[in-house]
Parts: sequence; structure tokens; C-alpha cells
Amino acid sequence: MVSAKRIYSDFKVYSRGYLRNKFGLFFGLIFPVILIMIFGAIFSGGGSGTINVYAQNQDAGLEVSGQVLNYSTQYLEAINFTGTLKVITVDNSLNFTEYMSKNSIENGLIVPEDFTASYVMHQPVNVTVYTNPSGSTGGTVLGIVGAINNQFNLGAFNGTTIISTTQETVGAQESYIDFLVPGLIGFAILVNPMFSLVEISSIYKKNKLFKQLSLTPLTKMEWLIAKILWYIVLSSASFLLMAAVGIALFGANITLTVWLIPFLFLGPMLFASLGMLVGTITNLLRLPGVIGNAVTFPMMFLSGTFFPIAFMPEYLQTFAHVLPLFYVVEGLNNVMVYQNYMGAAVDLAVIGVITLVIFVLAVKLFKWRED
Amino acid sequence: MLPIEVSQLRKNYGDLKAVDGISFTVKEGEVFGLLGPNGAGKTTTIEIMEGLRERDGGDVKVLGLDPWKKGYELHKKIGVIPQEFTFFEKTTPREAIIYYADLFNIKVDPDQILKDVLLEESTKTYFDELSGGQKRKTGLALSLVNSPELLFLDEPTTGLDPNARRAIWEVIRNLKAKGKTIILTTHYLDEAQQLSDRVAIMDHGHIVAMGTTSEIIQKHGSGERLTIQGTQKLADYIKTNTELQVDYDKTRGEIVIPLQKKIDALAGLAAAEQSGLEWGQIQTRQDSLDDVFVKLVSEPAGEQGEMAVEQKPKKKGLF
Repeated sequence: MVSAKRIYSDFKVYSRGYLRNKFGLFFGLIFPVILIMIFGAIFSGGGSGTINVYAQNQDAGLEVSGQVLNYSTQYLEAINFTGTLKVITVDNSLNFTEYMSKNSIENGLIVPEDFTASYVMHQPVNVTVYTNPSGSTGGTVLGIVGAINNQFNLGAFNGTTIISTTQETVGAQESYIDFLVPGLIGFAILVNPMFSLVEISSIYKKNKLFKQLSLTPLTKMEWLIAKILWYIVLSSASFLLMAAVGIALFGANITLTVWLIPFLFLGPMLFASLGMLVGTITNLLRLPGVIGNAVTFPMMFLSGTFFPIAFMPEYLQTFAHVLPLFYVVEGLNNVMVYQNYMGAAVDLAVIGVITLVIFVLAVKLFKWRED
Repeated sequence: MLPIEVSQLRKNYGDLKAVDGISFTVKEGEVFGLLGPNGAGKTTTIEIMEGLRERDGGDVKVLGLDPWKKGYELHKKIGVIPQEFTFFEKTTPREAIIYYADLFNIKVDPDQILKDVLLEESTKTYFDELSGGQKRKTGLALSLVNSPELLFLDEPTTGLDPNARRAIWEVIRNLKAKGKTIILTTHYLDEAQQLSDRVAIMDHGHIVAMGTTSEIIQKHGSGERLTIQGTQKLADYIKTNTELQVDYDKTRGEIVIPLQKKIDALAGLAAAEQSGLEWGQIQTRQDSLDDVFVKLVSEPAGEQGEMAVEQKPKKKGLF
């Protein structure tokens, strides 16, 4: 028979010990907030969101009836006008490729000296675009330069635009910080209970604390429930802190509703149970650290915590669907970013089933005593 | 009903027979010591009695209960300090007592328990800041929370300095005075001698001797003997001129005469005097428990710190 009094006593002792341990407190509460501040500052605050393109304009222009035409300037202005690329001019006296290499520049272009003359006379002319294949912005630069080329080509023959596009946004306009807050909340929900329970199960076994506790009326299920309750409290506190920092410092546009409560309840329960299960298996196989890290780290990075999984190759996206954290992060996104409560309910159902299975397995396999 | 009844207890770890058919009983109010080198089977035996380990064979009754099958019921009636007791790092001894009392659903006076185990001065210190002796006392305090009829103390003083050991002994003596039945395992023979009413010496899973320490010494020891520092020539003289059994220990340069009666010592000394040969220091001595222990166990000294015996002078004297 499960006793609420024993659970409360164990909860009290464990939480007090946790709060007295500065190291635990740092990783439980402060570290996720630091992460949100770092990632928030990098991706949301201060940055212009444009890609720098260094350009050397070698075009001399063309004198027609005493008037100097210079289409290269218009061309570069058109690139700048897109708002996505920012043109930074490089002096013509410099060797452009050397300059790029020396200054670790990722994207650049050279407008040739006969640009205006060729354009006016409808002769082919080539703009050289330099991109770094290992960089992530090359594709964007090539795409935009290509689009400007088309625009100029069309203009040269007085063509008219037949197909055009109009941009409409769906729902609220999301920014990176909006995804980062739920992602990092998922990260905190995973990391604290998971690492703690894996570690505890190894240390308590080694120190014979489990044996000692087995000599009291506390049952292993009560012990695990007390840990789960503590990590629900810790995750909720961590959630409030991160949401506050996200909103106050970075203007995160996130929805806070009662729909978040089941995630803050089931998430820690899932990962505390999984930590206990992994710790138990680790002890059985005598592989300290290996299994815990092998389970936790892929989940930490591949579940959409730091970036949406759509950025990943397809096979990794498929793999992400077997990671329990994926459903927590997706569910939090559904609630906090998209207000898609139907989707969140599906995520909750998946989490509920996984949690139940893992909790039962953890309690069954984890032993106080030895045969 | 005796508090502990063990009959033909067996436990194997693979091919290793950790406990091989041992039997013993413990009476109410008795302090029973289990002695033996590492690997003798003491901790396995005590853990089986505590219900922490399942036995492979034999019968064990603790307070009338099967400890493995009725462990949950049994644990409410016993107190245990496991070997190398440890606790949650950031918990004070006082909080630990209240925690245990809550788990057992009983009301206790934590300060009184702390006083009983001589730990009043460290009530607010976190467990990881306590000294080794204070940690063991915390273990003792926790083992007393449920007012147990029976206490299992598994090496309660291993690794402690002599002062801390004596403080723990005092607590154990107080518990004994209160009529508690205590099972004690220890590496320290002097500790067993000081605290136990009876001891069982275990080796390789067997009990090789059991009884009071004086019974064991009498049964397995070599009895009282006279030693005289002298030469082989003197030993031969005494042997020829008396009816005594005379041995000579060349390495020590000692003549050893086992004494059937105390008066035999006089005959030996008179012969030595008559010989006109040089002889030095004389003494009579008897085997101590550690002498007997060394004789009985096949591997008396294992790792560093094993079989540590607090040095004390052996029984000496002229008659």
C-alpha cells in the first residue's frame, strides 16, 4: 500500500538535500536560464538577420553622349535592397580572393569592368560569386543574386513580370526565440531528472543506500514517486524562470495555458523513470556512464531542443520520432507557439503511454535487495 | 523462541561457497560476535539474517520470521548498521532520525536518541561533514529509531581511530545493558572479546569455532607455558633432568615448556638453575584469542588493514 506520508518524508529529505547542494541547484535552475540567455542573445537580440556579401565593383561604366551610365551600382543596390543580403564594397586596388581569404569572408562577388557596356549592348557578362561550401549562407546568396540577374535580364529587354508572389504569414510571426523557449524547457525536463536518477542509482547502489532504505518501510515505488514529485517541482520552477527570461529579455511570443501542466507533470515522470530504468540496467551490466549518456545525448540534440528537426536530414527526422523527448518538445511547441491543442493532445497521449510503460518497467526491474 | 535460529545455512556465488552449511542460535539479550577474515562469509550471513539477501539452502528464523519472505515485517522489528554506513550527504543526524521516524510512522525524541549514541554535539552538522566515528554513531542512532528488539552491527568500527572505536563500544555496552540482542561482525578480535558474550569464528563459509572467548581459547589454544631465554644446551639439560616436555624455538632462542600444572614451572626453573648455564628472561603466557584465530583461519592476513588487532600486551608474568 502506497503511503503519502512516506512519500512526503522522502520528498522532503531529497529536496532539502538538493537545495543545499549548490552544484545541483546550478544545473537544475540556473544552467537552463543561462542557455536561454546565450542562445537568445545569439539568435534573437541585436543581430541584423542579413548576410554580408563583399563586393568588388570593377565596372568603369559607359559614357554615352557625355553622360556616364553605371548599371553595376544599380545592380549592387538592387542586391542590397532585398534586405537579406548586405553589400560591403571592397576597394578595387585589392586582390579580391586574397582579401576574402585573409579576412575569412564567406560570401563575395566581383562585378566585371565591362558590366555596364555589356548590359547596354545586350552582350553576355559574367558576375563571379564566391561562396564557402562549408558555410550555411552560400545557397541564399546564390539564389538572391540569381533572382537579381533575372530581374536585370528582363529589364534589358523591357520585359514584364508575369508570375509574381505575395507573402502572407500564417498565425503569429514566429521567431527563433519562440521555438527556443519550449525547446530548452524540454531540455531541462530531460536533463535534470534523467542525469540525477542515473547517477543516484549508481551511487546509492555503490554506497549501499538502497539496501539501507530497504530496511525501512519505504517501498521502492514510494521512493521513485518522491523523486518524480521533486523533479516536477524543479521543472516547473525552471519553466517559469525560462519563460520569464524569454519573454522579458527577448520578447518571446509564447502562450502560457493550463495545457502546459500535463507536460510539466508527465515529462519529469517520464525522464525520472527512464533515468531509474537506465541506471538499473547500467548496474546490471556494470557499464557506468555508458548507457546513460548513449540514451540522453542523442535525445538532447535530436529532439528539436536547440533547432527545429526540419533542419535535419530525413533519416534523422525519422529517428527523432522514436525519442520520447521529441513528443515533449513538439507538444510544448504545439501549445506555446502554434496553439495547436489537438496536436498537443496527441503528443500527450504518446508521452502518457511511454511514461506508463517506463515507470512500470523501472519499478519492476529496480531492486532494493539482492538475490 | 530464540531471536535467531540458523540451521545448515548455505549461499553460493557461482562456484564459490560463501556460506557452507553453518548453524547457530542466539539467545535473547546476548551479544553474539561473528569473526573472520574477508571472504569468510560473515557479511553474507548477516545480510541473509537481515533479509537483504536470499539464501540458497538451510533454514533461518529471525524473531520467528523467515527474513527473505517476511522481510518487510521483520524490518520493523530490527535495527541494522550496514557495513560502511553512509547517508544522504546534506542531511543532519537530527533530520535523519526524524526522516526514519516518519518512515516507520512513529513518534520519537530525536534529541534523546542522539544523546543515547553520544552524538549531541553534531546534531546540526551535515552528514558529509561528520567524522568517521560520528557517521557510525548516526548509523547507530538510525538503527535505534524503531526501538528494535534485535540489532545487527556489521563492522561498526572498521576504519575508525581508537578513540572513536571506544566511543562506539560504549554505546554498544549501553545497548547491551538495556537488554538488546546484538549480532556483531568485526575484524577486530579485541572488539569481539570486549563486547561479545559468545563468538563464532568463520572461515571459508564454515564456523571453525564457537563459544565464549575463554572456551575457544581453552579448546583451541595451546594452554599456559613457561618460556626461558637460553641455549639449545640448556633446553637439553632441562629435558634430561626433568619429566617435562621441552621445546626449543631457535629463531627466538627460547626454551618453551608447556605447563600441565603451574608447579611444573618451578621444576623447569630449578633444573635451569642446577645446570649452571646462562639463562635470561623468563615468563609464562597463554594463547590469546588472536593466537587462536591465527591458528584456526587459513588466511589470517589478507589486504592491508585486514585482521587488524589492536596491540596490547599479552598476559605476562612469573606465575
